[in-house]
Amino acid sequence: MSDVERKTMLLTTPFHSRVEQYCESNDWGAWQGYTTPNSYFDVELEYFAIRSTAGVLDLSPMNKYRITGPDAESFLNRLVTRNVSKIGIDRVGYAVWCNDAGELMDDGTIFHLGENDYRLCSYMRADDWLDWNALGFDVRVTNETDDIAALAIQGPVSCTILTLIGCEGLSALKPFGIARFDFEGVEMMVSRTGFTGDLGYEVWIDPSKAEALWDQLFDKGRDYLIKPMGSDALHLARVEAGFLQAKVDFVPAEIAVRPGRTRTPLEMGLAWQVDFSKPLFNGRQALLKQESEGLRYRFVLLDVEGNKPAEHSFILKNGKQVGIVTSAAWCPTAKSNLAFAQVEMPHGAVGDTLVAEIYYQRELQWTRLMAPCKVIDGPLFNPPRKRQTPAPAH
Amino acid sequence: MTKYDAIVIGAGHNGLISATYLAKAGKRVLVLDGRATAGGCASTKAFSSGFHVSDCAQWLHQFDNNIIKELNLEMHGLRLGQPKRTLALQATGDHLVINGDSVKGGEISPADKKAFKHYKSQMRVFAKLMLKLYRKRAPKMVEANRGDQVTLLSLGLGLKMMGRKNMQDMMRLVLINIYDVMNEHFDHEGLKAAIALDAITGTNMGPRSPNTVFTYIHRMVGEALGNQGVTQVMGGMGSLGGALLSTAKTQGVEVRLDSNVSKIVKTDDRVTGVALASGEVIEATVVVSSADPTTTYRDLLGYRHIEAGQARRVEQYRTRSGTGKLHIALSALPHFDGVAPEDLSQRLVIAPSMDAMETGLNPMKYHELTTQHVFDISIPTLEDPTLAPAGQHLLTALVHYVPYALKTSWEGAREELLESLISQLEAYAPGIRALIVASEVRVPEDFETSHGVTGGNWHHGELSIDQALMMRPFPGSTQYKGSVEGLYLCGAGSHPGGSLMGLAGKNAAQEILKQGVLK
Repeated sequence: MSDVERKTMLLTTPFHSRVEQYCESNDWGAWQGYTTPNSYFDVELEYFAIRSTAGVLDLSPMNKYRITGPDAESFLNRLVTRNVSKIGIDRVGYAVWCNDAGELMDDGTIFHLGENDYRLCSYMRADDWLDWNALGFDVRVTNETDDIAALAIQGPVSCTILTLIGCEGLSALKPFGIARFDFEGVEMMVSRTGFTGDLGYEVWIDPSKAEALWDQLFDKGRDYLIKPMGSDALHLARVEAGFLQAKVDFVPAEIAVRPGRTRTPLEMGLAWQVDFSKPLFNGRQALLKQESEGLRYRFVLLDVEGNKPAEHSFILKNGKQVGIVTSAAWCPTAKSNLAFAQVEMPHGAVGDTLVAEIYYQRELQWTRLMAPCKVIDGPLFNPPRKRQTPAPAH
Repeated sequence: MTKYDAIVIGAGHNGLISATYLAKAGKRVLVLDGRATAGGCASTKAFSSGFHVSDCAQWLHQFDNNIIKELNLEMHGLRLGQPKRTLALQATGDHLVINGDSVKGGEISPADKKAFKHYKSQMRVFAKLMLKLYRKRAPKMVEANRGDQVTLLSLGLGLKMMGRKNMQDMMRLVLINIYDVMNEHFDHEGLKAAIALDAITGTNMGPRSPNTVFTYIHRMVGEALGNQGVTQVMGGMGSLGGALLSTAKTQGVEVRLDSNVSKIVKTDDRVTGVALASGEVIEATVVVSSADPTTTYRDLLGYRHIEAGQARRVEQYRTRSGTGKLHIALSALPHFDGVAPEDLSQRLVIAPSMDAMETGLNPMKYHELTTQHVFDISIPTLEDPTLAPAGQHLLTALVHYVPYALKTSWEGAREELLESLISQLEAYAPGIRALIVASEVRVPEDFETSHGVTGGNWHHGELSIDQALMMRPFPGSTQYKGSVEGLYLCGAGSHPGGSLMGLAGKNAAQEILKQGVLK
């Protein structure tokens, strides 16, 4: 008999022992090289935990880069399209970045941790690109993905539960703010950020304390019906909140193979992220050119008639295909059938009516549905608690 | 504050030519150079007592004769020597003599003689076609505008007019190596090596490296431009710099030497001028850099002032040269076995075989010194006695393969290399050692220090297909336009490349004028 040890090809996160224990459905997926649950027990119940109580997501696989040094801010300002100088210390900012051709590479968040000290969270691995970007800057870029364990705790009672495990005064933290607490003798950083469009936080801690953190959260949160959530529930929540997902809603430029498949931030509804008043950032010249010559595509949110999710649908105008759906879901809380789509210009202005060609299957039978849909100017789910400070108590 | 239409960085031949054409069109132009003399790599320096040596470029063989006429360079003191024959020295002492399309001596076979004629005439056809591309900006393939389309059309027509056989050959040959092409045509090892030498001069390549047919055709463009073989510049190569300086000044170009540009100044999103090492800032509508692309972007503009993809291109741009130089001051005319004294004024080449060349290249790849060099020798004092005290002589040689970087340091290695080179020369010129008054070897790193060319590469970056024509120096910075508004390139790092040709400088000026950025 061979005594070859069988190991999974995927890496595990610092929370894995607990994740595995809680993952009743044994439904696993891969997230950037790590094994993570698609669901723990029931996608819809996990989703409803986010909206009604609190859902916990292990986000350790997210790529994290530490950027330090005297040129850290200038480095980031050349890297991303927005003005990083506007992100104060102990604040977090959303950011997107492009290559020189103005093609969207990724989106993520920038944590301003201190003087000349930032963390960049990205969906894609960016080691190579960041290294090239560091040429000529007095800056140090370190991949710290494996050095930090991170959990998202999202939902109306998230603040309450975190306060119970020792985050005294957390309710005063404004959206996109950062606070630090002691957790069993080590620093626990909490940011009021997330990917669900709800009141919620992300917790950052040394991997040695990961399991203890999980245990405390689920212990103190039990009475508040805290639940773990997998990638599928998160997907539902982020579509409802109108958040883009790299590799789903756009092809990151570095992995796009076919010509014409990349998109610029202007074509992805991210013009608000592009600050042309900065004299230099990667893609600036190309984006200025596109702005003057006109866009090829427009990214739109569609309110689709009926309750059949318009997944992978063609979008038609007067019977002619003008776009495709990249993400779609029936959103339970917003009670709407939402779809993200890329449509060819000039279609897709707010209020424009289009048709989604939806195919769905029931007991082997495929049905084609031509569902009218309307371009809306923002997500339909936008609860006040997302912004309220102090965060509402429960 | 005075504002110029254009500031040209570098008073090398391309810088001065660009400046002069801009001035001829009525523009206000300032040329800045950190060196004390104009000419850049076309320079002469005092050597030992009473000797004057062309300390960088040695031969003129690519210079555009139209530029000589248009800029009245002869009136401004440029005098060229007689076109030279190439004597490919053989170990037997029975040397090959190459003169234009004919070759004799060295027990060359009638078949090789005939093949050489045929080879040269075919290469001339290719070079003429290439020249069509060299006289203007290289056309972009994808987003070509009308001008580019006309160039492409004329190129396609040119290819077609060559006839099927030539066209097929050109498409086939241009990407392979000179080693294979030589073996297809010739039997004589010495002849093959002498031709292959023209393909690798100034590069980091061996006869077997891909691209070496392209570099050979590049060299052949020199003939299409009106040059017959190599010539020496009377008074030393610096006289070319002097003539260009003089014509530039006559056209109203302001030239400031000893004025080292330390920075290209960017205001908001465009280049607005330069800063000198002294701290002085000078403004201009455009800045035209004849410095090599690496110096321009990495050192003068700074990676942080360009987009990251461009910085990456610059960093990946290959700039290393494998050519060094040997200078020897001699108390008398040396003796070379089998060479008549009057023939010592010709070009003498030591390249026994292509395999020997390739073997010489091998250690260089691993940053080591070889003991088997290739020599391209000039004894300029026979034609121009002013370069040495009466009765004394000067020998200079382009020497391949000298690494840019050594595994160990150059400390002490220069002496070792010099000794090795003299010993190798002695095999062909017995007794030369006893005549040596002074000697020095210049390695690629020395050219970087003295002339500011990155990698010591006189082409301002390896001239290979992926870094040539519409991709020179690299995408995002082609057609003489820098990757930042207001910045232009006019040096050998831009199309069509180096070797004291002058077309990069002229084309850049024409392009700037055509774009109408200068009012």
